[in-house]
Amino acid sequence: MRPVLAKSLLGLLSLLIGLFLILPTLFVVPMSFNGSSSLGLPTRNWTTHWYTTVFTSSQWGEAAWTSVQVGILTVLLATSLGTLIAVALARGTFRGRGVLQALVLSPMIIPVVVVAIGTYMNFVAWGLTGSVLGLALAHTVLALPFVVVAVSAAARQLDQTYELAAASLGARPRTVFRRITLPLLAPGVVAGALFAFVTSWDEVVVALFLSSPDVRTMPVLMWTQVRSQVSPELAAVGTLLVAVSMLSVVGLHLLRKDQNA
Amino acid sequence: MTAARETGARSATRAARFAARHGWLLVLLPGGLFLLIFFCYPLVTMAVRSLTDPGPQNYTEVATSPVFRQVLVTTLKTAGLTTLVCLALAYPYAYRMSRASARTTTVMMALVLLPFWSSLLVRTFSWTVLLQDTGLINKMLMALGVVDQPLQLIRTSLGVEVGMVHILLPYMVLPLYTAMRRIDPMLVPAAQSLGARPSRAFARVTVPLSMPGVYAGAVLVFVLSLGFYVTPSLLGGPKNTMLGEVIATQVTRFGFGIGSALGMVLLVVTLVTLGALTLLGRAGSLARERTP
Repeated sequence: MRPVLAKSLLGLLSLLIGLFLILPTLFVVPMSFNGSSSLGLPTRNWTTHWYTTVFTSSQWGEAAWTSVQVGILTVLLATSLGTLIAVALARGTFRGRGVLQALVLSPMIIPVVVVAIGTYMNFVAWGLTGSVLGLALAHTVLALPFVVVAVSAAARQLDQTYELAAASLGARPRTVFRRITLPLLAPGVVAGALFAFVTSWDEVVVALFLSSPDVRTMPVLMWTQVRSQVSPELAAVGTLLVAVSMLSVVGLHLLRKDQNA
Repeated sequence: MTAARETGARSATRAARFAARHGWLLVLLPGGLFLLIFFCYPLVTMAVRSLTDPGPQNYTEVATSPVFRQVLVTTLKTAGLTTLVCLALAYPYAYRMSRASARTTTVMMALVLLPFWSSLLVRTFSWTVLLQDTGLINKMLMALGVVDQPLQLIRTSLGVEVGMVHILLPYMVLPLYTAMRRIDPMLVPAAQSLGARPSRAFARVTVPLSMPGVYAGAVLVFVLSLGFYVTPSLLGGPKNTMLGEVIATQVTRFGFGIGSALGMVLLVVTLVTLGALTLLGRAGSLARERTP
């Protein structure tokens, strides 16, 4: 009897913890369709009014466009640099491999505020603040570890026989990389690209320092408004932000499933 | 003729050897340069600024100011408490997940990964709405008759704690789950067949073998908590200010010197904690291996 009781208690506890994780994450969704403007209890008056406000507002439109540009540029930079690093880390035998690995992964651990102020001071001097390029360069630093982890995992699973076969048939190293290695790494690279996009899409702290009133991402605009007033309009923005991230993660899951099948 | 061919062959071999030895260097060059310029150099700039803007007295001011000392204490306390609460919640969850059916595992994993990949700002925003005086939680407590007046939940240390645990919990669950999945599923029945009661088998087999996950998760959550900025500044009050917020305020309002010095403090505390806890973890696993 007692083990059974313990088991159901553990099940109940896990359920509650699961709800604690997911409910506040999804809470913005009912909030964004809520008819009352006070953001208290969800009422029965559903409305899409807040989405209309967001979609017709020029400042949210500009912020969304900036976010998309920064995200895409970050994906291009982080994926190309990260793939090269990951392949070298997975295959290469050279001195300082451990140091390099620690260096590439450390933006995950070093406090973002620290990276943000250092980058801000440099970018002020280089005239890179308030620009899409500056934001993307800074986001690439934060996104690189995710790309490297994703591509390294794929590179370690890669069967080297294919590469040896191609080389023995006379393909030069560059051709082998382009025609054999890269296609085989593709799922890892795509996963890394998605991680890089979500990292840039959701990032606030660095973006807060590097943005200007003309060039700012959606999370930055949301941050400035959250601090002044809490409106259902922000819940609509929040829903859009979460929806894009979740679509990427679900896409990733389907991709993995496809690979395993 | 022959001499020329030999020289040619020799230089070709040399080139091949160079490529073999330095090929990876060429592959690494773009990424390495990028990290040096956009990751390492900013940290150097901050270190230099902390000593030269206007001078090393920045550190004297940081060390002697009671305000900054209070902020450091708050930061360490909050990080410690967040780590303990995350561990207490993540342990049963990861344990249940490691023994669940394939379908339940997928669902439980999704409940961890979806928040993990969702905007930290949006999740914190949700908590500001949930915890406010007219929010869902106070409304529910009042409807149930637990309290008459709305509780002050936002702008308190409790609010910060709730938000930070919510955001960092996945970082604890994932390493714990990985460690627990590695435990041989036959060990617990083996212990029980030798006469151990389920609770004793759990304490003597599962808990010790899950320790690598506990260390990894605890180090991760503690170190990440130290640098938190968005969550404490939206959910906390003036008394709960953390180091990350002070650094941001200093740099945006009062110039780079003191902000950089505080940034160095945060960086050093983070690296020292990381180093110390990693060493401790290694010593722990060594000690466990040596005890029969």
